Amino acid sequence: MSVWTRIVGWAVLIFGLLYFFVPLGGLFEFSLKARRGVYSFDAYREVFADPQFQATFSYSVVMALVTIVIGILIVVPTAFWVRLKMPWARPYVEFVTLLPLVIPAIVVVFGYIRLYNTASWLPLTGSIFGTNALLAFGYTILALPYMYRAVDTGLRTIDVATLTEAAQILGAGWFTILRRVILPNVVPAVLSGAFLTFAIVIGEFTLAALLDRPAFGPYLQRIGANKAYEPFALSVIAFAITWACLALIQFVSRFSKAAPARH
Amino acid sequence: MSFLVLDNLQKSFGPVQVVKNFNMSIEKGEFVSFLGPSGCGKTTVLRMIAGFEAPSGGTISIDGRDQSRLKTNQRNIGMVFQAYALFPNMNVFDNVAFGLKVAGTPRAQIEARVKEMLALIRLEHLADRYPYQMSGGQQQRVALARALAPKPQLLLLDEPLSALDAKIRVSLREEIRQIQRQLGITTVFVTHDQEEALSISDRIVVMNAGRADQIGTPSQIYNRPATRFVASFVGTLNMLDATVVDPAQQTVQVGGQVITLKERLDGKSAGDPIVLALRPEAGSLGGPGDSTLKGDVLSSSFLGSVVRTKISVAGSPVSFDTFNAPDLAMPKPGQTVDLRFSSGDLLVVRD
Repeated sequence: MSVWTRIVGWAVLIFGLLYFFVPLGGLFEFSLKARRGVYSFDAYREVFADPQFQATFSYSVVMALVTIVIGILIVVPTAFWVRLKMPWARPYVEFVTLLPLVIPAIVVVFGYIRLYNTASWLPLTGSIFGTNALLAFGYTILALPYMYRAVDTGLRTIDVATLTEAAQILGAGWFTILRRVILPNVVPAVLSGAFLTFAIVIGEFTLAALLDRPAFGPYLQRIGANKAYEPFALSVIAFAITWACLALIQFVSRFSKAAPARH
Repeated sequence: MSFLVLDNLQKSFGPVQVVKNFNMSIEKGEFVSFLGPSGCGKTTVLRMIAGFEAPSGGTISIDGRDQSRLKTNQRNIGMVFQAYALFPNMNVFDNVAFGLKVAGTPRAQIEARVKEMLALIRLEHLADRYPYQMSGGQQQRVALARALAPKPQLLLLDEPLSALDAKIRVSLREEIRQIQRQLGITTVFVTHDQEEALSISDRIVVMNAGRADQIGTPSQIYNRPATRFVASFVGTLNMLDATVVDPAQQTVQVGGQVITLKERLDGKSAGDPIVLALRPEAGSLGGPGDSTLKGDVLSSSFLGSVVRTKISVAGSPVSFDTFNAPDLAMPKPGQTVDLRFSSGDLLVVRD
């Protein structure tokens, strides 16, 4: 590699890093200015002391975990079956999983409210549990493109057909094959899909606001409209938590027992 | 009653019929190879026995039980795949234990059986290894142990040696045969490698375009091929175009040289063209034999233990092998030589 290309490479990298970190730095700097003239963590103290923050944040975390479980239960068997038995259907399934990217969340949620309102045949919005379930299903839809792609890519790294046949001839049924053979081999892929799902659910505003659930997204919006410094502290906190999750997933996947399949 | 009976088995994929009226009975404890080129339907027959494909017609029965209503996981068959197909997320122990765990075998029994199996393939010391930490030969031995652990009634081997390198291939095939004899398990082995099939089988089925061309012991298949396809697929064979001279005296001529055959020429009349076949090891220069053909040497190659010489007899190339000896004079190209052989080694090829 010539010196020139090396310099260009570094320049591009530095530009990218600046593009990403300068606004973040500004955000962080501003969040420390709650007290006039000096830097302080007053805004953070305010945020952490707010019971609403804890309530909405833990609500969103629980919803994210529920969404991840539903997503895995729907996506892994589907992607497995499409790969194994219906390869011709792959473009169609991919198209369907990409729809949430082009259909705005607001359209989805209005559809939900029309279909499942208290006057409908399935009045999900009539109870808190029903509305929570509806929200989790909505989140699953939003996360579908990321989850499906991640799992499908993971399945590509193993010989699904032969492993399935090997398990079948040893007496395993479909449930055992999925749980003992397929799922453990796509753990890293499922984890990356889960991480994206987590990030989407934590910051999601539209669905939660219109279904009137106490999630973190609407809380963030409310604080942002009413306070000066706290929203920026909240953003920094949200970033930190997201990165912590990323690191955690990296850690788990690196030390998970499942070794990557090699071909 | 035979143990595994394939009765009039057929399979079509859309308009293409890949297995046509396949009939075969396999005895308990027998080692049978399906031999044929790729696309001849041998793997499809194996996959139908395993239950991965449903026959379009005909029946499969094992030990007198019709298998058509049984799913793959109900058939109690062991199978080894070309691509090993070990579960990458499990170590050797868990791979071998998988079938037993699925069957709900008690823990202590699983442990004992897995140890027994690992001892059988001499890999006890690798029980904690993961598949990616092992060589191809080791992985395939583990796959064999995994297939045998639940005590299957039948063992299917789908080209298990094709992905391995030559040396391992030979040693592993001997090991497979020895384990098969030791356990007395009925085995069906699919291969496209004739040497493999000849060396380890009790019987061989030579398959061609969805049909069984010949079923027989390795020596029958090699020495008395029933069709031109079997003759050309199994071993190297020289084909000679000849003309019948006198069917009563069983004489034919090859480019003006007359030979008397041992085989009867029923249904042929003088002047009919026939095709004769000769194995390379049946001929020699000036050796024993009751027949002679003159030819011009085309080439002679030194292969170590043997010397393969190619001569031209009446325009057809004929190869033959002679054992190497330190004082052997290699025939020179252009030289005219006498090819000696026993007329009993000449096969009349029928289509």
